[in-house]
Amino acid sequence: MSAFIDYLLVGIATGCTFALLGTGFVAIHRVTRVVNFAQGAFAVLGGFFAETLLSHGLPHGLAEVLAVVAAGGVGLLCGLVALGWGRVPVMASLVITLGLSIIAEAVTLLIWGGTPISYPGLGGRDLVILGAQLQPQYLLLIVVTVVVLAGLAAWFRWTNLGRALTACASNPYAARLVGIDLNRMGLLAFALGGMLGGLAGVLMTPLIPMTYDGDVQLAINGFAAAICGGLVNPVGALVGGLVLGIGEQMVAGYWQASAETGVALVVLLGLLLWQALRERETMS
Amino acid sequence: MLTVRGLVVRYRDATALDGVSLRADRGEKVALIGPNGAGKTTLVNTLSGILRPAAGEVRIEGRLAHVPEGRQVFGTLSVEDNLLLGGWRSHRRDVAPIYALFPALGPLRRRRAGTLSGGEQQMVAIGRALMADPELLAIDELSLGLAPLVVQELADHLARLSAERGMTLLLIEQNARLALDLCDRAYVLETGRITIEGPCRELRHDPAVRHAYLGGAVRA
Repeated sequence: MSAFIDYLLVGIATGCTFALLGTGFVAIHRVTRVVNFAQGAFAVLGGFFAETLLSHGLPHGLAEVLAVVAAGGVGLLCGLVALGWGRVPVMASLVITLGLSIIAEAVTLLIWGGTPISYPGLGGRDLVILGAQLQPQYLLLIVVTVVVLAGLAAWFRWTNLGRALTACASNPYAARLVGIDLNRMGLLAFALGGMLGGLAGVLMTPLIPMTYDGDVQLAINGFAAAICGGLVNPVGALVGGLVLGIGEQMVAGYWQASAETGVALVVLLGLLLWQALRERETMS
Repeated sequence: MLTVRGLVVRYRDATALDGVSLRADRGEKVALIGPNGAGKTTLVNTLSGILRPAAGEVRIEGRLAHVPEGRQVFGTLSVEDNLLLGGWRSHRRDVAPIYALFPALGPLRRRRAGTLSGGEQQMVAIGRALMADPELLAIDELSLGLAPLVVQELADHLARLSAERGMTLLLIEQNARLALDLCDRAYVLETGRITIEGPCRELRHDPAVRHAYLGGAVRA
């Protein structure tokens, strides 16, 4: 029983990282219609930024926050290149983000080398929940994700800027008519996606050492989570992330660890099929 | 208020507007009528800066707000959010006057705009445009897809806005009868050119206008 609780809690925590990545996909896609393949790279860079800052003596907390902000900067740069100030077609932007993720991988390898990195997370004794032992960092990850996603939802709903981003997603033509600059909103969305990806990386690196080429697997998991909300619904991304995270832990725990990524791909395939069928139904 | 001189707008090779000139004075209600594909929507999209002219000049003294064809509300957002977004440029946050103008919208303020009836959506679209505090209001196809009674009610609202606030109105309409009844002056746009212009009461009796746009059988 305690093993089950253990898998469940760890699954929820990893699911939270998928949800953060998935929300990044959603934030960018709703505004720009671009599926950002560089989303995983934001997480990798977030982890590496935080490790470098910590190793240069910055205190915990500050280093992590700066790493998230830097990842947001990388997101902004990605947006500038991929969107080309509104002159690039969506499909081309998508391919550009794929290229950027490969470049990011190469640059990470050049700067930091191929050794996995990690740093200590939240200190303190393991928590005991229903007989299962849990490192405090897992709890931190869950709490931060919940707070950030709730804050983000409130920001989208109740601030001018957040409402404007939603307006771009709802009706881009009308958004232009009321004077909203779609190019700027696209860049803002990319910066937001960068920060969400960076946050996922910063929070998970103490638990699972980060490698320069970890971005693809993270992107697949995040994308699968985002697909649950049809790439436009952040709540769907949260639910998808949690289902995926828990599912993977259960498979790894009760069956075999190597099947973990397979689960994500099978879930992703199933969701895509389901969505395609549903779309055909609504069209007929 | 609005001066357009020699406006030319092209889509790749096709010329949509070919030397259009028109004007609207302060507080005036001006109609732009003409058949489908004449370039009416192209003209208003150029006025609001969505399209770039190839030649010619557009001068607007003051702020223009544009109620687009098909209403184009933010369907997934609430009525109130739609109105608030209308104030994006003007930084206006006070939506109460809009509810005073369109009392029907008050009880619907939390509803998603996409779930409203066509007439209610048109009120949202006009309310959203008014939140920009415009001196010039351009309305593209006020009547399209709406019941005659609803159209009449909206037309009354617009006449009142113009009379009480001195707002200049540019009404783009396929329903020529409605446009000529509501407005002071009218232009007829056909295949990218202004073919007829004049005061509405004269155009109502113009044989060409009556033949083409009023079904030829209008009582004087």
